[in-house]
Amino acid sequence: MNGTLRLPVEPWARRLVLTEIIVPVVLLVLGIYAGLLQVLFRAGVIQAAEFAGWEYYQALTLHGVVNAVVFTTFFAVAFGNALVPYALGMKLPLRWAWVSGVTMLAGTLMAAWAILAGKASVLYTFYPPLMAHPLFYIGAALLIVGSWIAFFNWIPLYLRWRREHPGEKTPLAVVGMFATFIVWLIATLAVAIEVVVLLIPWSLGWTQEVNVPLARMLFWFFGHPLVYFWLLPAYTMYYTMLPRLAGGKLYSDKVGRLAFMLLILFSIPVGAHHQYTEPVVSSGSKLLHAFLTFAVALPSLMTAFTLAASLEYGARQRGARGLFDWMFKQPFFSTDAWLFSYMIAGLVIFIMGGISGIVNASYSMNLVVHNTSWIPGHFHLTVAGPVLLAFLGMSLHLVSTYAGKELRLKRLAVAVPYLWLVGVFVFSWGMMRGGLHGEPRRSNLGMSYLNPDSPFYHPEWKLYVTVAMIGGIVMTLAMIAYFVVFFATALSRRQREAAAEFPLSEAYHDEPAGALMNLRPWLIAAVVLIAIAYTPMVRDVVRGTFNNAPGYEPHNPAPVNQSEQLEESPSP
Amino acid sequence: MDRIEKLVMASGIALLLVFFGAIVVAATSYGVDVPTCVTDRKPFTEGQAPFKTSDQPLRYEVHTVARMWMFDPPEITVPPGAEVDLYLSSADVVHGYYVEGTNINLMAVPGAVTYRRVKFDREGTYRILCHEYCGTAHHLMAGTIVVSSSPVEEQ
Ligand code: HEM
Ligand SMILES: [Cu+2]
Ligand SMILES: [Cu+2]
Repeated sequence: MNGTLRLPVEPWARRLVLTEIIVPVVLLVLGIYAGLLQVLFRAGVIQAAEFAGWEYYQALTLHGVVNAVVFTTFFAVAFGNALVPYALGMKLPLRWAWVSGVTMLAGTLMAAWAILAGKASVLYTFYPPLMAHPLFYIGAALLIVGSWIAFFNWIPLYLRWRREHPGEKTPLAVVGMFATFIVWLIATLAVAIEVVVLLIPWSLGWTQEVNVPLARMLFWFFGHPLVYFWLLPAYTMYYTMLPRLAGGKLYSDKVGRLAFMLLILFSIPVGAHHQYTEPVVSSGSKLLHAFLTFAVALPSLMTAFTLAASLEYGARQRGARGLFDWMFKQPFFSTDAWLFSYMIAGLVIFIMGGISGIVNASYSMNLVVHNTSWIPGHFHLTVAGPVLLAFLGMSLHLVSTYAGKELRLKRLAVAVPYLWLVGVFVFSWGMMRGGLHGEPRRSNLGMSYLNPDSPFYHPEWKLYVTVAMIGGIVMTLAMIAYFVVFFATALSRRQREAAAEFPLSEAYHDEPAGALMNLRPWLIAAVVLIAIAYTPMVRDVVRGTFNNAPGYEPHNPAPVNQSEQLEESPSP
Repeated sequence: MDRIEKLVMASGIALLLVFFGAIVVAATSYGVDVPTCVTDRKPFTEGQAPFKTSDQPLRYEVHTVARMWMFDPPEITVPPGAEVDLYLSSADVVHGYYVEGTNINLMAVPGAVTYRRVKFDREGTYRILCHEYCGTAHHLMAGTIVVSSSPVEEQ
């Protein structure tokens, strides 16, 4: 864009960021293919345990791990590696940035091998006592540790900036990325304990049994903040770039900062809202977590207002009048501000994602939808909506600026988010309606409920699974178009010097940040809130768990340690 | 922050409080609640068809064990209006227990016991689905609840 500051980047910083963008996009090709298979299996088009060597639950594991964990984590790290130094006007320290990248890559390859070899069909939530190959857990741990290193690498940079710029407000982009990784760091501590202390020794056979309710508590301590780890980089783009792309200014800088602080505060102590239907966790803890879940909805409501106000401001500058005119005077199809289309389409999807999320969060109302296909219907409107589209758009932007290449096929690039929007709305309608009629998630329906030859045949779901399949095919087409644009750009000839370049917005209301200047009180409050929310849950786990469980491989109803013994003992 | 922003925040908070209030009312006045922590029952590995625990009519207890890949007992029969204390346990991995067309939506977690009191008013045959992934044949794991006024047959 005109007038955007361009900062040159060193060759090894360029290579790092490009690797961290291109590798996950390549993996995403597999993840999307798995998604397409799932809608075909579920609609009964494929009525088998596997298709072309991909078993249903193996593909579903790959789909969740690649799309929701690998792609998102790599993207957040790459985006931070580019944006944080840029916003601070500094250079990325390269050594630890590369250590981080290589660690993440090694972990990803290990986990990917375990999944593709069929030794880790435990889905991306890897609930014990289903047991995967040790390399699956070790790979996950390395991915997490690698992402921590990336964050630790930015901290000295920020501290130096702070010393050199006393009294200045931290750039909002840096606040956003630090909020992202603070939430991530606290949350991943729990899952790292689950993986390193409970699951790795157990999968290696060093320990025999695992405390399942404890593992589940630790997982969901991580599992909800995970979704904010996905959303926060998107929020960072919305606050710091969207207004500029729309030709306006951010309505309020201070509300942006407040939203980020509230997200640090409330996005962690809410894990029990994934455990409403479970034993062990007491209903009191569940209700408390439900309350805090509503609190974490507040910053999103604020964000909706601020962004709308920013877009309205921009449109009025360009002569919009009346009440609603501004909604249509936006650069929806502009090939210059093409990034805008990715952000606005994501926001429209998020309206539906947010509303359905409130339903899920609502304690007893969760009983209607828990583990039905409503749930994947809902979260394809969040993680595969605003998050995916913001990440896809920014990946294109990074590949084009960091590689010094002009975006190719701009019209097609602008069409992708709208095509995805149509596809995901159709898909989610099918999934959510089916869910309200009892259609389960995580199920190879083509082998049972959608197979006329099966005693389980359930024709009432036919309509919903078919609609979901049609939506899924449109989503696949949108992604094929995206991959064409992405690789056409990445493989084209370099046209200019590689540079970091982000369309950062100015603020319309640029007030002093006051108490929002200082992170420390917010961090302390967050830790206190976590202690309040989780102390009773730890007590529940101690009281309500009677015994630990041995491990099971997904295909074998006998525990792993027993089947080994059977194999070892000579037959009578 | 300007006036509109404060208004937006206040109305956001008010809206969320109304939602939360509705949940609390549903749980306290209408008994629409979720499972809680059970400490007085040990996990069991054998199911038990509905049986009476008191002289109160229509009061039953049932023990269901979920295991790869079936429910034990696979089918239960109760008369309409039955109030059933449902205890659920898992003999191996995590399973789901979802009765189609109802709000009975529970998880079976190894090492613990899930408890809900549920009421069956309408006659009919209800499917129980396992709706948590529990291994290769997860999609084949199902059971039935028959609500029928004809005398309960002894199996
Ligand atoms: C062509 C595009 C896609 C299609 C057709 C698709 C389809 C599906 C379907 C049908 C399921 C439910 C399967 C089941 O529960 O049995 C599912 C699950 C899921 N999808 Fe997608 N999806 C697509 C893209 C994405 C993307 C881009 C993301 C994330 C960025 C994503 C994240 C997930 C996650 C996290 C799950 C849950 C996996 C689990 O339950 O273990 N999907 N997808
Ligand atoms: Cu959550
Ligand atoms: Cu199952």
